[in-house]
Order: sequence, then structure tokens, then C-alpha cells
Amino acid sequence: MSNLVEVRNLRIEATTDAGRVVDIIKGVSLDIADGEIIALIGESGSGKTTVALSLMGHARPGCRITGGAINVNGKDMAALSEKERAKLRGTDIAYVPQSAAASFNPASTIMEQVIEVTRIHKLMPPEQARKRAVELFRALSLPDPDGIGARYPHQVSGGQLQRLSAAMALIGDPKLVIFDEPTTALDVTTQIDVLKAFKSVMRAGGIAGVYVSHDLAVVAQIADRIVVLKGGEVQETGTTAQILSGAQHPYTRELLAAFEPKPRQAQAEASANQLLRIDNVTAGYGAVREDGLPLIRAVNSVSLVVEKGRNLGVIGESGCGKSTLARVIAGIHPAAAGDIVFDGKELQRAAGNRSQDQLREMQIVFQYADTALNPAKPVEDIIARPLAFYHRLDRQARSKRVDELLDMVRLPKTLRYRHPSELSGGQKQRVNFARALAANPKLIICDEITSALDTVVASAVIELLKELQRELGLSYIFISHDLSVVEAICDDIMVMYNGERVEQITPDKVNAATHPYSKLLFSSVPKLDPTWLDGLVRDPELVSQYGHR
Amino acid sequence: MTMTRAAASGRSFLGHSYNLVGVIASLVILAWTLIAIFAPYIIPHSIGDIVDDDYFGPMRQGLWLGSDYLGRDMLSRVLMGARYTVGISLAAVAISCFSGVVLGMIAAVTGGWLDTCLSRFLDAMNSIPSKLFGLVVVAAVGSSIPVLILTLAVIYIPGAYRFARALAVNINTMDFMTVARVRGESTIYLIGSEILPNIIRPVLADFGLRFVFIVLLLSGLSFLGLGLQPPLADWGALVRENIGGLPFAAPAVIVPSLAIASLTISVNLLIDNLPKKIRDRDA
Repeated sequence: MSNLVEVRNLRIEATTDAGRVVDIIKGVSLDIADGEIIALIGESGSGKTTVALSLMGHARPGCRITGGAINVNGKDMAALSEKERAKLRGTDIAYVPQSAAASFNPASTIMEQVIEVTRIHKLMPPEQARKRAVELFRALSLPDPDGIGARYPHQVSGGQLQRLSAAMALIGDPKLVIFDEPTTALDVTTQIDVLKAFKSVMRAGGIAGVYVSHDLAVVAQIADRIVVLKGGEVQETGTTAQILSGAQHPYTRELLAAFEPKPRQAQAEASANQLLRIDNVTAGYGAVREDGLPLIRAVNSVSLVVEKGRNLGVIGESGCGKSTLARVIAGIHPAAAGDIVFDGKELQRAAGNRSQDQLREMQIVFQYADTALNPAKPVEDIIARPLAFYHRLDRQARSKRVDELLDMVRLPKTLRYRHPSELSGGQKQRVNFARALAANPKLIICDEITSALDTVVASAVIELLKELQRELGLSYIFISHDLSVVEAICDDIMVMYNGERVEQITPDKVNAATHPYSKLLFSSVPKLDPTWLDGLVRDPELVSQYGHR
Repeated sequence: MTMTRAAASGRSFLGHSYNLVGVIASLVILAWTLIAIFAPYIIPHSIGDIVDDDYFGPMRQGLWLGSDYLGRDMLSRVLMGARYTVGISLAAVAISCFSGVVLGMIAAVTGGWLDTCLSRFLDAMNSIPSKLFGLVVVAAVGSSIPVLILTLAVIYIPGAYRFARALAVNINTMDFMTVARVRGESTIYLIGSEILPNIIRPVLADFGLRFVFIVLLLSGLSFLGLGLQPPLADWGALVRENIGGLPFAAPAVIVPSLAIASLTISVNLLIDNLPKKIRDRDA
């Protein structure tokens, strides 16, 4: 056998609640040579994780491998017994999960968990295993490789934990490692360190890998070949360079196009009309101290201005206070100090004290449409409520307006009778947005609204937002950790770090950022260029100051 | 998407799947409910009439369930007993669940001192043993149907409150609650329209369970002589007044016990086998 992995005509089925049998993988074939890293890429529900897990002979509950051969290192994983498969897992094939934080046991030390594989498979004595683990920690450029094993999982950061779970996978000297979206939950500045570490270890050991992701730019950095999946079928296979430069299949082209959002047409120059101004707003959590400020300040003396018809992007890593800022402006989390002036009038800090019209004119749209839509109500009721509440429309007028709103967000009218659980992620986010539009607002605060969506779907939502702005003259405050999204829609970008406003620039000047943190942040966004990661040079001083390693 | 029909594990009707146990249980409950409503028209003898020469008479033609300790017709007494047992329990459980669930949702949505005061007060109520509380109240104000209903309801309010509050607190953290709040909605809208539809299924299951507890507590109180007063009798009282027939294996003791068992077990089985909504995107 020439290849390490040969999958032929793999079929997997699942059984639904109603007892229907659905084919989720329909005849997938792929090869992986020794030491080669291939990427499985596709939108959610395309079957990429299911294919990756099947390489270990595993099918998630409710799913069954029903056909085809999965030859890994000369053994057919589909035909082996569960006991024989267990013997191979950890020694021949290893797995790195998406959320390392959830897959470590908080009650025992990291070292114990990393060398557990050697104990289960009786590979080497514990002393030797510990030495090997420390070597791996060093190879994965973890800080304090000799001491980190003695810590507990909650004592290290998310990026470190992700690398530690890679160490756990590598300690049994596997021939194949499966990475299941290992950097999706990380900030861009952390993601780079993790990617670099993965890449160097895999290359040094000559280990083959399967990298599951929906982010084409990340995959471009690490994979030799890319397999594009959609609807349980392979759409296209090719080397990374081939896929990036000359994609053949329409779906792959769509993916590539989504990655490069069309630049925004320049809006009318800054008018003198200020829609929203906030001055030195401070907010936080915990006990209120003598000076009237909370103990932990999530937003520290931030000021910003949004002009009519223009958009402001707020960008920063998780924990920088950008979501708290959105909640402060909306009055969900009242500010401890500072002024909020909206449309020429001073606003009360708490939403409960604002007038109905003030509440109506400023709407907030949340990240997770799953929790932002009441699962017990049909779409029509969800969208109609603001119409009845703010505009006191009667039943007939409401029904007509619901149709118009659904049309505005490009959803078919028949969707109005469905419940949120019967919609896809992108459809839910559109309903979420239609509800905000129903209020006829002047300002919509979008809190990471595209983060939970696939690249293609997210770019469609962004296009929709731009279109609606042209038609309705809205302004957006767009909060995100994703620079490309913010660039695509905003006239001004505000960078936040540690609760403070660091810098405000316009999208065309992103490369000329002046503040060191903005420089680091902007340079950390992966580009669609396979050589980008290797060529990336970062100022070590900056990284040690602002990166959370 | 390719699909094949697999062997259906349950039946389906109106987009819900249900199974045989649930159907049988609901038939038993339906039967007892109909009996409770129409009892006065179907009983062969008046419940006070002594129709047998002997006491603890056996089952025979005309006296299908034998006679009790005074020679009264057992069938009539059990059928009329259903009226009291089902009626009183239903009224009590309706009051307790309604007030408990409404208070629980208000506490969860409002929070703050109202939540604290309500929770502590109802926790204190919860700490009083239910039978003892029933004993004291009945001893103090005497036994009548309204007193029994209110006592039983009060005893079970704290449980319903705790249950509903726990569910509502979870719903309250969802983003759609935040959206509704910043829209400026009132508490009544929040609890009625946003929270209730999301917790109604577990609340209904709890309603059934609580109904069973109340039937048992009512039977217990009646057994102690604190429930309905003669000649009226619910099932618990029937067991108690005929307990003397136990050595004679009289049907008079066994039949009301079976009635209690059949009702409570059926309600339990029904709430465990409620029809399930089929969630299937393409169906």
C-alpha cells in the first residue's frame, strides 16, 4: 500500500427522531500519504468532522458507518472490532479536539493527562514518558516546559491548552493526527502561535495530519492538500496552491469569494450630524467602590462618536470589553460613569429609564441567533411583536409588514410559520435582524452577528446589511473580532484592548496603524497565501507585551 | 436528501408520536373523570342506603363490589368517591400550580429583594411537614370541602414555586429575554409570552406529579378521619371505614385501594409518556 490512509467510497448514515434514515456521507474517497497534511474544509453540516472521526473508526451516537473501506496504516478501521480500534487510537491515530478546555479533566494535573496514553497502551515507563512530554512541550514552544506539566488545566491559557492537547496526541508517536477545528475558538493573536507550533512539530516528526476547519486562510498556512466537502460529498481536491489560485468547483469559488468581501463604496463624507456620542463611559462588574466605580472595569473611560449614515466598527480580542460596551450603549448593563448622547438628547444609563421612542430608535442584535429567538414562537410572532409594541399596528397591517420585512432580509414568506429550530443558522440571524428592523431604528448595534456563521453565509449577511443601509439610512455599530468583516462594512474602526480605546482609524489605513497593539492585531489576521505564516515576522517585544501566550 | 422510512417505534398523529402505555393511562384517567362527572346519574343505590343484610358482603349480582361495614353498596360509594377524590385534588392542584408557577416566574424575572423574600418565605413553608400542617389546620377550623382544597393547595405551592422558578431562571438568561427587556416590555408580557411557552411542558408534567401527591395526601388525611365527613366519603375514607374488613378479605377494603392505585399510577405513566413532538427539519 502506497498511502498511509486510503478511504474508498465511505458511506455514513444517521437516524433522525422520526426514525428516518439520512445519508450524511455519500461515498467519500480520499488518500493521505505519509507525512502529508490534508485539510477538510466546508460549511457546517458538510460532514467534515464526521469524515475525520471515521478515520478512527468512530461514528457519533445515532450515526453508522454503512459502507466503504477506511484503510489506515494497512488496517480497515471500519471492519475492526471496537477493542482492536481502541488499541490503535493514541498509538497509530490521535485526535485534537476543538475545545481543549472542555476535554481536559480539571481535577488532575496536565502532566498526568498528557502521559495517560503511554500508561493505557503500556508504551514506556512513566519516567521516560515525562521526559518525552517535556520535549514535546519545548517543541510546541510552550512557556516553562519543565514546570507547566505540574499545573492544572485552569492555570494555563486557552492557546496553551490547545497546544497541550496536541502534546497529548503526539506522545504515543502516532502516524496520523486529526485536528478538529483546533484554533476556531482562539483569538487571532493566539491562533498564530498555535498554528506555528503545530506546523513545526508535524514537519519535524514527519507525521501525517487531517486538519478540519471552515477557515480557508488558516488551512492555507498548514495544509499540503485541501479537500472541499459539501453535503457529504467531495467537491474538489487539490494542492493548496491549486485550490487557492485555480479553484474549479463553484462552491470552492464561492468560498474564496466570501473571503475577500467587496470593498465598501465610500459613504458621504462625515456629516456634522452626530447620531450617538458617548463620553468617558466606564462600566464593569463586581462591588461598587467608594468612588462609585465597580471593582473590575470592563470598559474604562471610552469615548466614541457615530455619525448619521456611517458605521463604526469595534474590534478587539475576547475579554477586551467590546461586548460590554455594546450592552452599556443599549442600557442593558448601565454605565457607572460617563454620558451617552443619542440624537441630540442625553440618554439615561439604564434601559428601564429610557423612553419607548429612545428604546425603539436603538436596537441591538446578538451573536447567537439560537438564544436570541424564542424557540417557542413562530417567526411571524417574533417579528410582529415590535410592530404591535412600538407602532400599535393592527393584525392586518402587522401581517403585511412582516411580509415586507421578510422580503427585506431575503427570506421566503413561507418561513413565517416556522419555529426558529426549523431554520438554518443564517436564516435565524436574518430573522434576528428583521426583528430589529421592525422597530424602524436609527442605530443598530451588531454584537458579533457573523461570528457563529460560516464564511459564505456571513458574507451574504454582510452584503445584506450594506444593502439595507443604502435603502433605509441606518447606522451600525459593528462589534467583531474579525478584521475582514469590520473592514467590509465600516467607515471607522475603533480598536479596543483591555477595556480601553487604543486607536481609531479608517479601513484604508489599517496597514498604517500607529498603536503597537493595533499593529500586532492587524498583522495577525491570516492571509490567503500559503507562505504567509512562514514569512511572518513579529516584533517579539510586542508579542510578549500584548499576546496572551 | 435520500430517505427511507424506518420501522416506526411509536405511532404518530398530528405531528406527535405517542406510545401504547400513554394511551392506556390516558384512557384510565378519562374513565375516572367521566365517572366523577356523571356519578350521581349512574350509581345503582344512594350512598347512604343500607341495602345488604350482612356487612362486608361479597361480590354478587346486584352488589357488584360487595357491601361495606354497614351493608351499603360499595360500587355506588366508590363511584361517588371518585367525585370527591378527583374533584378536590384537581381543584387543589390547579390552585397550587397556578399560584406557584406565576409566583416562580415573577420571582425569576424580577429578581432582587422580591425574589429573596418570596423564596425564603416559601422555603419556610416547605419546611413544615405536610401531614402535620393538614392535621393542625383541620383541627383548628374543622373539615369541609373548601378548607380541604385550600389546605392541600397551600401545602403544595412551595414545591410548584421552586420548580417553576428554577426553569424560569434558565430561560431568563437567554438573549431573547434581554431583547424583550430592552424593548421595554412589561413583566406580565415577559412571563406570559416569553417564559411560559418555554416551560409549559415540564410544568404540565409537574402538574400531573403534584396531582398524584395530592390524591395520596387527601387519601391519607381521610384515612386519619380528617378528610371528608360521613356519609360522604372519598377513596381514602372508604379504605379507613372498611379497614375492619381486612381479616375477612372483604372487597370493601381492596376496591377503593385499587381505585387510588389505578388513578395515581395512570397519571404517573401518562406524564412519563406524553406525546412527543416530532422534530425533523425535512419531515
